[in-house]
Amino acid sequence: MSQSKNKLTSRVAKALLSALLLMATFSLHAQEAPVAEDANEVPAVEEHHKKEGVNLKEMIFGHTGDAYDWHITTIGETHVSIPLLCIVYGQNGLDLFCSSKLGHEGHYKEYKGYMIAEEGEHAGKIVEVATGNRPLDFSITKNVASLFISCALLLWIFLSIAKRYKENPMSRPVGKQALLEPLIVSLVDDIIKPSIGKNYKRYTAYLLTAFFFIFINNILGIIPIFPGGANLTGNIAITLVLATITFLLTNLTATKEYYKEIFWPEVPLFLKLPIPLMQFIEIMGVFIKPVALCVRLFANMFAGHTMVLILIGLIFIFGQMAPAAGAGISVLSVLLIVFMSLLECLVCFIQAYVFTMLSAIFIGMGQVEGHSHE
Amino acid sequence: MFLLTPDLGLLCWMVLCFGILVFILGKFAWPMITGMIEERSNYIEESLKKADEANAALANLKEENAKLLAEAKNERLEMLKEASRLKDQMISDAKTQAIAEANKIMESAKESIQLEKDNAIKDIRTQVAELSVTIAEKILRGELKDAEAQTAMINKYLDEVNVAKS
Repeated sequence: MSQSKNKLTSRVAKALLSALLLMATFSLHAQEAPVAEDANEVPAVEEHHKKEGVNLKEMIFGHTGDAYDWHITTIGETHVSIPLLCIVYGQNGLDLFCSSKLGHEGHYKEYKGYMIAEEGEHAGKIVEVATGNRPLDFSITKNVASLFISCALLLWIFLSIAKRYKENPMSRPVGKQALLEPLIVSLVDDIIKPSIGKNYKRYTAYLLTAFFFIFINNILGIIPIFPGGANLTGNIAITLVLATITFLLTNLTATKEYYKEIFWPEVPLFLKLPIPLMQFIEIMGVFIKPVALCVRLFANMFAGHTMVLILIGLIFIFGQMAPAAGAGISVLSVLLIVFMSLLECLVCFIQAYVFTMLSAIFIGMGQVEGHSHE
Repeated sequence: MFLLTPDLGLLCWMVLCFGILVFILGKFAWPMITGMIEERSNYIEESLKKADEANAALANLKEENAKLLAEAKNERLEMLKEASRLKDQMISDAKTQAIAEANKIMESAKESIQLEKDNAIKDIRTQVAELSVTIAEKILRGELKDAEAQTAMINKYLDEVNVAKS
C-alpha cells in the first residue's frame, strides 16, 4: 500500500516539478523583459548621444555575448583588445587569420572575403561578403579562449592535487588540496553517492568535472578583466552540451525498470489505455529535465551579468541627461553593483551545485531497481 | 532569439574541450583523489580504532599490574609470615634438640660416673680386704710369738668349735 502511495506522491511531485519548470521558463522571459524595455527607452537618449555611444542593449549583449577578439578597454579612439584566431571554412576552403584583420567594433573591415556582419540575422558573426552566408566558423572566440583557459586551470589544479595525493597519501592536506578536499568529499558523499546509489563511481568523473567546470567558469565570468569576463556558463551552447551529457548518461545507462516506468507505469489502466496519457507525461519529463538543466544555468548566469551591466549602464544614461544625476545615481548604482556581485558569488556556487545535484538525481532516477510487489 | 541559438563553433569546441577534460581528469585526477581520500579516511578510522584498542589494552594492563602488585604484596606478606614461623620453629626445634642432647650427655656422664664409682668401690673393697687380712696377720703374728700362747689359742678355738658342735 505504502509503495503505491509513494508512487502517487512521486507523480504529484513530478507534475509540480514540470509546472515549476514551465514557470521558470516564463520567468526567464520576464527577466529578459526589463532589458528589452530599457533598451526601448534608450533610443531617445541614444539619438542625442549617438557619438558617445551609450547604447545599453548593445553594451549588454556585447558583454554577455561572444566576440572574435577579447576586448579589454577603449581609451579615446584606441581599442585595447587581445586579438584571437579566426578559423573559418567557407567557399574558398579553410582560412586561418587573426581577428585584428577584421577591425573592431564600429570599424569592421573585409579580409579574405570575410567580414563581421553589422546587422541582420548574423549580426556580430563572420559572414562571407559575397553571399552573406555564414561559413563553418570554428574561430577561437572570446568564449572558446575562456573555455581553453578554464580547462587549463582545471587541469593544472586537479592534476597537481592528484600528484600531491599520490606523493603524500596519508599526510594532512595543504594549499589547494585543503581548500578543495572538503568540497570534493561533500559532493561525493552528500550528493553523488546518495542520489545515484551503488553504481555512483561510474558517474563521479563526469559530475565532479561538471561541477568544477561550471564553478570555475562562473567565477571567471564575474571577474571583469582578462582572463575573466567571458560569459561562458551564461551561453546556451555550453549549458546545452552539459545538459546533453547528463541526458545521455541518464538514458543510456538506465535500468530496465526505468523504461518500464516510462512506457508502462503502475497507474490505473484508464490512464495509460487507450490514450497513453501517463506515457506522454513521462516521455515529456525525460526531455524537460535536461532542458530545464540547460536553461536554468544559462538563464541564471545571463541574468546576473545583465543585472550588473544594467546598473552600470544606468550611471551613464543618467550622466548623459545631467551630470549631477549621473553622480547621484552612481553612488546608488555602485552600492547595488557591489551587492549584486556578492549575490553573484553566491549564485556561482549555487548554480554549479544545483546543476551537479540535479544531474546526479536525474542519473539516479535512471538507476531505479525493480521493487517487489505486495 | 540569438541568445537561445547555440553557436556551432562554440558547441564543437565545448564538446571537444569538455570531453578531453572529463577524460583526463577522470583518468588521472578523480580516481586518485577520491581513492586517496577514501583510503585516508579508512586509515584514520582504523588508527582511531587501534588507538582505542591500545587504550583499552593499556587500561587492562594497568588493572592487571595493580592486581599483580597486590598479589605480590600478599605473597610477600605470606612469605614473611612463613619465614617468621619457620624461624620460630627452627629455634624451638633447636632448643628441644639441644635439651635432648644435653640430657643424653648428662645421662652418659652419670652412667660413666656410676661405673667409675662402682669400680672405685670394688677396688676399695679389695684393698680393704687385703689390708684387713694383712692387719689380721700382723696382729696374729704379734700374739703368737711364743708356743704357749699359740697352744692356748688353739685350745680356745677348739673349745669354741666343740661348743658349737655340741
